[in-house]
Amino acid sequence: MGLGIATLFVVSIIISLAIQMLPGDFAKAILGQSATPETVAAFQHEVGLDRSPVVRYFEWVGGMLRGDFGESYASAGSLAGHRRMVAEMIEPRLLNTLFLAGAAALIAVPLALFLGVMAALYRNSFFDRAVNVVSLTSISSPEFFLAYILIMFLAVKFPIFVSLASITPGMSFLDRLYAIALPTLTLVLVIVAQMMRMTRAAIINLLASPYIEMSRLKGAKPLQIIVRHALPNAWAPIVNVIALNLAYLVVGVVIVEVVFTYPGIGQLMVDAVSKRDLPVVQGCALVFAMTYILLNLLADIVTIISNPRLLHPR
Amino acid sequence: MTDNAQTPPENILVAPVEAPIRRRGKATRLWRNLRKAPASAWFGLIVIAIYVITAVFAPLLAPHSETELVGGAFEPWGGQFILGTDQLGRDMLSRMIYGARNSVGIAFMTTMLSFVMGSALGLAAAISGRWIDQVLSRSVDVLMSIPQLIFALVLLSILGSSITNLILIIAVLDSTRVFRLSRSVAQGVVVMDYVEAARLRGEKLPWIMRREILPNIMAPLVAEFGLRFCFVFLTISALSFLGLGIQPPTADWGSMVRDNAALITYGDVTPLLPAGAIALLTVAMNFVVDWFLHKTSGLRE
Repeated sequence: MGLGIATLFVVSIIISLAIQMLPGDFAKAILGQSATPETVAAFQHEVGLDRSPVVRYFEWVGGMLRGDFGESYASAGSLAGHRRMVAEMIEPRLLNTLFLAGAAALIAVPLALFLGVMAALYRNSFFDRAVNVVSLTSISSPEFFLAYILIMFLAVKFPIFVSLASITPGMSFLDRLYAIALPTLTLVLVIVAQMMRMTRAAIINLLASPYIEMSRLKGAKPLQIIVRHALPNAWAPIVNVIALNLAYLVVGVVIVEVVFTYPGIGQLMVDAVSKRDLPVVQGCALVFAMTYILLNLLADIVTIISNPRLLHPR
Repeated sequence: MTDNAQTPPENILVAPVEAPIRRRGKATRLWRNLRKAPASAWFGLIVIAIYVITAVFAPLLAPHSETELVGGAFEPWGGQFILGTDQLGRDMLSRMIYGARNSVGIAFMTTMLSFVMGSALGLAAAISGRWIDQVLSRSVDVLMSIPQLIFALVLLSILGSSITNLILIIAVLDSTRVFRLSRSVAQGVVVMDYVEAARLRGEKLPWIMRREILPNIMAPLVAEFGLRFCFVFLTISALSFLGLGIQPPTADWGSMVRDNAALITYGDVTPLLPAGAIALLTVAMNFVVDWFLHKTSGLRE
């Protein structure tokens, strides 16, 4: 647990180092070419670029702990006085992203386990090979390729779903689910393959061990051997790969959100990067990194819990 | 002990004389291996060869230049433009062909760079151990604790997206994975007697790296090169697709998908072509790596 917090601390330093390395003409890039030296200086003072990096880092972290992610640069320079706080921009979008990623995970994890067990049970059969080829193809394809193929077939040729996953606050739960059907399906395709392959490999790896041989000799059915004897020992690698893939979901979600113009945090970050709106980029990156680290930590904890030998170290 | 220490120098003296004979043996062995290769590996090799040829001879194969405006926007397939034109009226086929050169070339350069950095540092860490290993490994741990695409996005937003920046950023981020692999396989080799002998002979770090360790860890590194290439290729096309990677007017498959995506809603498959080209190369590479891994592990048994 302490390690996770330490990592998070280091990560926050790295992300905030970002601001230090800013090229000098940054204020100009935001304010436009016609900016006078006075406006540039005023802008730099306003967003705090004229103070020392260490001070800025601690201000940033301090604000972060109070839930204040700072203020978007894109609005800081505007004269209208309309300011947008980063936290305000992130929060509703983070909920949207969690909704999408959560839906994908809820479908993908059981499906991957089921397919993996089935492939291990009927290994080297036609079913196994077909699942293998399909999963290899979906691992190798870029996410946007899968997404557009799905749009092509499920939204344009056969208009079952909608291609734009736009979500408005007043929508009912079912409408929301319907709107995110295609992005969810894309994410499921992307992450199921690897989890399924790992489940299969972990189970097959165990099938050669003597205790499996024993249960086979005593007459247990193949399905029973896998579910009752092999699976409990295969949990550690499987859970690890599940956590890794959920962490991967965090990244995959960026591209999928852009394809379907889904108002999530990934799209916010891509927009901010192209506008070079650093506080927003920092905030988003920190949220992503935090999720990623937490999931990895969770994987370690589950691995320890699932293995009695690690739970009670000698 | 004296015997052991003397044997390696003898081998090195003999090696150059034997080299021509051994090389021919290698070529025949390679051919024999290829003939026994499964259909999927053949498919992969042929696809990769086609991509390489397209990339090298792009200017000869393409009917138009990659930036030239030759017609109206979004012209349909057939006629003068085999695959139609893109959103500005550039020839789609020519851009696909040049895209092979740009996308694959840039991904290849990035992977090379990341391998040179990653394996050199990985081997150095494995050989020297002590604090060098600690410092390098811990910094890699930190770099790896941030998801790669997110990290790349942050760095791109700071440094701005040019092709040089893109190559450097992805290469550095990706070399962490190469570092981990080369360090862990090299650690198994470092403890061997012949490495000890080379050390006692007083060989320097680069010599031990190149002559003693590298030949022994080549197989996993080559396989990893294939996989990392796929990964780098996908990352760069993802960034280009987001509009933050390779910038227009350079033809690149990722950004071509983005620019022509509007056509999808009219049921036109054109935008899928560059995306399909990316997927096909990655699948082909995976097939070849699978076969290679199977072969090298099979030989060991």
